[in-house]
Order: sequence, then structure tokens, then C-alpha cells
Amino acid sequence: MTAIPLGVPRRLVEFTLDGQEARVPEGSTVLDACRAAGKDVPTLCQGDTLTPKNACRVCVVEVEGSRTLVPACSRRAEPGMEVRTDTERARHSRKVVLELLASSVDLSTTPGAAEWIRDYGAEPDRFGPGAARLDEVPRVDNDLYVRDYDKCILCYKCVDACGEQWQNSFAISVVGRGFDARIAVERDAPLTDSACVYCGNCVEVCPTGALSFKSEFDMRAAGTWDESAQTETTTVCAYCGVGCNLTLHVQDNEIVKVTSPHDNPVTHGNLCIKGRFGYQHVQNRG
Amino acid sequence: MRERDRIPKTYTRLTHPLVRDSRDEPFRRASWDEALDRTARGLAAARGSFGMFSCARATNEMNYVAQKFARVVMGTNNVDSCNRTCHAPSVAGLSAAFGSGGGTSSYEEIEHTDVIVMWGSNARFAHPIFFQHALRGVRNGARMYAVDPRRTSTAEWAESWLGLNVGTDIPMAHAVGREIIHAGLANEAFIERATSGFEEYRQLVEPWTLSLAQKVTGVPAAAIRELAHAYARAERAQLCWTLGITEHHNGTDNVRALINLSLLTGHVGRYGSGLQPLRGQNNVQGGGDMGAIPNRLPGFQDILDAGSRLKFESAWDTVIQPHYGLTLTEMFEAMEEGSLRAVYCIGENPAQSEADSEQAVRRMRALDFLVVQDIFLTKTAELADVVLPATAGWAETEGTTTNSERRVQRVRRAVTPPGEAREDIDILCDLATRLGHDWTYADSEAVWNELRSLSPDHHGMTYDRLERLQGIQWPCPSADALEPSYLHGRLWEPDPARRGVRAPFGLVRHDPPVDLTDERYPIRLTTGRRLDSYNTGVQSGSFASPLRRGEYIELCPEDAERHGVVVGEEVRVASRRGSVVAPVWIDLALRPGLAFMTMHFPDEVDTNQLTIEANCPIAGTAEFKASAIRIEKLPAVTYVR
Repeated sequence: MTAIPLGVPRRLVEFTLDGQEARVPEGSTVLDACRAAGKDVPTLCQGDTLTPKNACRVCVVEVEGSRTLVPACSRRAEPGMEVRTDTERARHSRKVVLELLASSVDLSTTPGAAEWIRDYGAEPDRFGPGAARLDEVPRVDNDLYVRDYDKCILCYKCVDACGEQWQNSFAISVVGRGFDARIAVERDAPLTDSACVYCGNCVEVCPTGALSFKSEFDMRAAGTWDESAQTETTTVCAYCGVGCNLTLHVQDNEIVKVTSPHDNPVTHGNLCIKGRFGYQHVQNRG
Repeated sequence: MRERDRIPKTYTRLTHPLVRDSRDEPFRRASWDEALDRTARGLAAARGSFGMFSCARATNEMNYVAQKFARVVMGTNNVDSCNRTCHAPSVAGLSAAFGSGGGTSSYEEIEHTDVIVMWGSNARFAHPIFFQHALRGVRNGARMYAVDPRRTSTAEWAESWLGLNVGTDIPMAHAVGREIIHAGLANEAFIERATSGFEEYRQLVEPWTLSLAQKVTGVPAAAIRELAHAYARAERAQLCWTLGITEHHNGTDNVRALINLSLLTGHVGRYGSGLQPLRGQNNVQGGGDMGAIPNRLPGFQDILDAGSRLKFESAWDTVIQPHYGLTLTEMFEAMEEGSLRAVYCIGENPAQSEADSEQAVRRMRALDFLVVQDIFLTKTAELADVVLPATAGWAETEGTTTNSERRVQRVRRAVTPPGEAREDIDILCDLATRLGHDWTYADSEAVWNELRSLSPDHHGMTYDRLERLQGIQWPCPSADALEPSYLHGRLWEPDPARRGVRAPFGLVRHDPPVDLTDERYPIRLTTGRRLDSYNTGVQSGSFASPLRRGEYIELCPEDAERHGVVVGEEVRVASRRGSVVAPVWIDLALRPGLAFMTMHFPDEVDTNQLTIEANCPIAGTAEFKASAIRIEKLPAVTYVR
């Protein structure tokens, strides 16, 4: 019994991607295949540590024989499939999705959004100012992280990360329906009255900056946030023996935020309150 | 923004060495040269009566150099660290059964197991990311059982909570074992081939019927039976524990009692079946692996083994004392007797973390020479003759640490340290040079490579490989292969020669807590950790946690009512050692007669004034989990808010 279990052997799936032969391990998604082939398919709600949610629909591609466009993030590659990623229909769909999102919420801190809007020729202004849902002040009710729901695209990633996929705290949920749907903690309570345990795993997965570290929020407000001047160094948390990996984001020799590598076998991108926020003690320099 | 109730003391970084010319004088700033010369003189005068407190939060490389310093420069095996106050019984118990002190499983395995037993562990708070792996296991269909005096938030995820009386883990384990045997669920083939002492064990547990266990542990017989059957019938099962098991005067016996259950059922040495002690400090595992313990050389090689000694003697050009050194606990006792005169304390805070803290401070005050190397002027550093400013092991230092699943991972320097603070290894090497040993290491990797050349378990772990594979679990003897993620697969080998030494059942007996409750001290105080805080709070006190409410004495509603006290009201909490004043909190996780406190805010409420220094004779760990206390209402009611 000292043999090393190898798990189920994985077959390779062969299919066509934009006319080219593609081979990916069984179970891979079309998006995985696109990325392996170096194709830039935009995604917002896709999370590499989360089950695909199919919420944003910016990653849609055409699959031969499929009546509708399919989301690349959740569709698994099948033998003989013919996938086209850059057709007129797919591009048009992405353009409209980007227009709808950018017209209603603030995408200013969404990585990639500005480039995609330009690349796809999206015109968010064409729906007029009435489409905007911008009417909330950022919620700053604790010292660790801030919720700015004007930037929320309702992708549900924070709900999944706080809920059954990782943290199992269930502090975050969706309230309301249709146009009234919104992310909230416990009937819109302040975080400090909720079940939140401040692990920040929702901040880790938020694609738009609707959830952000208070340190980042304050520095952005002061105009001192400069990602190009930051270094990222991965080390190990010192708060218990589990050995969680921390990526320290450092600007001017100050740790400004802490994330965790998503492909790490210990953390899968998740941390607890101490690992995520308990770094200040090293920089209490009197 | 919500106001926090109380903000604990914030420590500022040490930026330059401090010395004082006599204990009556305050510290003054000194140059590194002066501080190191003073230290070298103080240590040179104490050869033969020296102790090294290494640091379970520092890197493997630092621990390797610290134990080498003790053994080569100071000629002693008196080197230990705070693992003594937490998981030394796990190491002692696992070593006695299997010859190796590490947890036997990986985190991934708990995601693919059938039964998870959390015994004396509030993992949801103390090890949250490990608990995520456990929750994945539960989501995949595993049944979880929580054995804990408190109905913790870990227990909320369990199939069943077994709320036993503090200090009755052995009766519980024995009753589980007896039930497994009587129900015919013991793994006879495994017992016969891979274990020894089963017959004696069977006789030992025979009196522990379910009804007797119910009487002693307070847990319904049906619940004990259910746990026994679930654990024994599972194809794979993980048994996890933390300080609820180890911080008792018989902690090692407790660990042996749990290991017995794995031997009885064959739940060890297979993928998904194992024993998992969850470590409290980032490098408790690595500190021991690096030889910063009094009985083992680096690579967990026994000091009493002449061949191991010879290997290190020739590598280090020295003579290694052929006997075990003193444990941390014994070093404190030796201070009392006057046979230990000088201590080098790196990154630990025993003045606040030892049980019966007042006694610990008195003993350290009696030393001829105390040097403390740390990043803060802790309560321990305040007692020192020389304070040396160091770098933070996890953010300002290059090296490695080893986690609870034996995974060695790289830590890296992300920020430059403040002022004149220097890396631990540099300081130690500088001191070694002053004491006649020319040690130069180009960097932490050079230290690691020296360790690799001496420790077969670490041989295959180059820095490059650790980086590429995101850490490697030991043992890793080969540079181009990996071992299974679990230990002791040898026990399942059909060939007796390859199966090796049998794993002995531990013949341990129930021994109730030393500090008995009586009419004067009717309440059982147990201690633990809160989610957002850590140890003596020196590090975790610095961030603004919205969850933090300072130190309280937590009582169940019935006890609060009986004493006529309400939430926020300050009361005197007295034990046979001392007393503290703390506000009351009501916690539904507690049962009548059981109170809970932490040691996270010792500057406000010094909980360890109450705890008892009743040590496990094998591992030296104190009985932090079982003090007898009483609650006294204060004459004038004071509300904190």
C-alpha cells in the first residue's frame, strides 16, 4: 500500500478552435482551451477558484450546432466540437453586454474593461444617463474593507466565496429581484452586525473593485495608489501552522494589501482575517 | 465607522540594540558592536549553564543555526521553543507510536475522507483555512464529529457534538476503543500485522463501558457509540486534534489514547486515513525538524544514536553531548535551582505565554544574563540585559517554514526591515565569530543546503524545487521523486521486513486534571483562541479587527445568573495561583460549570496568572486547559460600555 495513488487518468479531448486543431485534458472548459491557445476572451464573472456562474456573458463563443451563443467559462470541451471565438455574432454580443454593464455601473476599477470597451467598439452612452444605477455612497463601516456597490455587476462571485464554495459564512447574499436585485449582507446590515468574519475572500474574487481593501480605497481617494510602483512577493503567513501563502503587495516599503495565490494547494486563494489583514505589526515603526 | 470596545496595546518595532548596565537602570541605545560584545561576554561566562529558546515563528534556517549555536558554540543540547507549551505531546506521542513526530496526512486528504473527528480543536477559529479543506470533505459527503467541552463554531458543522467534561479525553477514547472491539469492528488483520500490545490494550479499556464513560465524560452513551461505529466503519477516517488534547498535565497520554483508535481501526498510513495534529505557530513543525529541541538533531535524528552524532560531529567539527538537553519547562525549573544562569531568547514571549506567568517572570529575573532577540520590546525583552532587534521572519527574511502537513515552503523578504534591525542568522553568526567560531553563510539557501546534506528527509528539497512545486512535504530524500502525501504506508506492507517496527498501543490511564474544582473554586476554566487574535497579542493587536472585543470571562447564561452578573460587568476571577479582573460575556457554547478565556490581551487581563504549571512529564506541556476558578462579584458594578 505504499504505491502513490494517481487518480483517474485523464483523456485528451480533440476539437477545433477557430479552425485549428486543439487538444485539452478531459474536463477542461472552452475558456481553458482558449487561454492555452493564447486567445484573449474577455471574462468578468469567471473565477479560477469558483464554479462557473454564467452571470456576465462576456465570454460567449459560437459552437457549431448550438442555437445560442455559449459561455466559454462553463462549457466543457467535447470531442469534435467546432468552436469559433471571434465571429461577428460573438463580438456583437460581447459589445452589447459591455455597453449594458458600463452604462449602468462604474467599471473604472475593473481590470480590462476600458480595453475591451475600446476593442469591441462599445458605446455605453447610447442608452442615456437614465440607464445608470449610480446612486450609492461607498459603505465604509469597518477598518478592513469597503463595499462600493456602484461598481457591482452582480456576478455573485462574493456570494459563492462567502457561501458554500469556500468560507461557508453565508454573510453575503442577493436581495431583491430583477432590476432591484443587489448584493447585501443580512438585510442590508452594516458588516459589523453581520456574520462576516473578515476573511476578505470576497474581496479576493471581486472582479470590479466593488469590494476593496480599505488601504487601497483610502490610497485611491488620496491619489497615492500606484500599482505600477508595487511589488508582489509571495511568502507564508505567520499566524498559525496551516502554512497559508500570502502575496504581499508593497508600495514604498509598505504592505498595502495582501492576496493569496489561487493555484496554491494550501489556500486556493483564500485566507482568514489574520492572514489577510494582520500585517500591520511589522510596519509599526514608532 | 463602529467604535471598537477597547484597543489593545500596540507594539512599535525595535530599531536599534538596547543594553543596560544593571537591572535597576533603564535601557539605553547601543551600537551593534557594543551589544554583541556584551552578549558574547555574558554567554561565555555561562558555558555549562546556558539555555537557548529558539523560535517556532522563525524560519527553518534560523532554527537550524540557533540549535547549532547551542550545540557547537555553547556545547549544550539545552535548546527548545514554544512547541513545548503547545504541541510537544503530539510529537512525543506520534514518535512513540510511529517513530516520527509529524502529522501523518495532507490537507488534500481530508477533502477525500469519509469521517472527520475534530477532537479538542476549534479549527473553524484556530485553523480557518485547514477547516476549509475539512468543509470540502463534509461537502463531499464526509461525516464530522466534534469532541470538545465547548459547543464551538466547529461543532456547528458536525454530525454530532460530544461535549465532554474537561480532562476526560482518555475515558472517552477508551470507551470508543472498547465499543469498537465489542462490536467486532476492530481491524484485526492490521492489528495482528502492524501493531503490538493489543491484548494489554483490550484489557485496559475493558472497564470503560459506555455507561461508565457517560458518567465520567458527561457524554451520552449513544453518542459515544455512534462515534465509535462511524469511525470504525469508515473506509477512510481522519482524526484531528489541537491544544484541547495536548495542553493537559497528561497531554502525551491523551495523544496516545487517540492514536490507539487509529491502530485499532487501521486508520493510518493510507490515503485519506490519518492523524492530524494542527500546529499553532507557523513553524512549530519545522523548528523541531531542524533540531531546535533538546533530544533531536536536525532531520529528527536521535541524539542518543551514536551514528547520528558522529555525522554531525564531523560536519560541524565539534563534540555533541551524548545525552538529551533540558526542555523549555526543565530550563525554567533549572533557573529556579540556579543551575541555568544565562538564556538566549529568540522571538518568544515566555513572560506572558507560560502558565503561571508570575512565576516565569520571577525565574527569568534571577538569571545572570538574559539576551532577547525580537522585533518588539515584549514583556520578556523588558527583563533582558541586552535586546537585539531582528527582522520579521515572514516578511523581511528569506528562508523556509514547515506547516502542519509537513510541507516546506519558501518565505521571502518583501519589505526592508526598520532601522538597524538585522536578520536572525546574521546576528547568530556574528556572535559565533565573537565566541571563536568562524561561521559564514552567503545566504539562507547556504544554510538550507547544509541542512539538506545532513537530513535525509530534506535532502531532495532544493530551493529551486520548493519554488517550482509550491512546497514539498517531507520526507523527500530524492531530488527527482516525491513520496506519498501520507506517512507510515510501510505498516501496510505484506513483507514483514519492509513493514518494519510495529506500532505499539499506548497503555495510558485516566488521570483527572491536577487543579480540582471544589466548593471554593467551583468553576472549570478552559482556555483557547479567538478567530482574529493570536497568542499574547503582540502581533495581532496591531490590526483593527471589527471582531475584537478585548478579554472577557465567558460564562454560560445559567452561571451568569447564579452569580448575579451581566454582560460587561467586571468580576474578579480567582484561581489557586492568582486573580484577574475581567468583564463578563455570555456564550451559549458553554455549559454550567465551564468558563472560557484566552491569553490574547495579557496587558489588560493576564489570564496566565490563573493557569497552573502542572506539566506533562513526557512533553513538558502545562495544563492550560484545566484551571479551577471562582467568580467574585465586585462591590461596585463597573460597566465597560
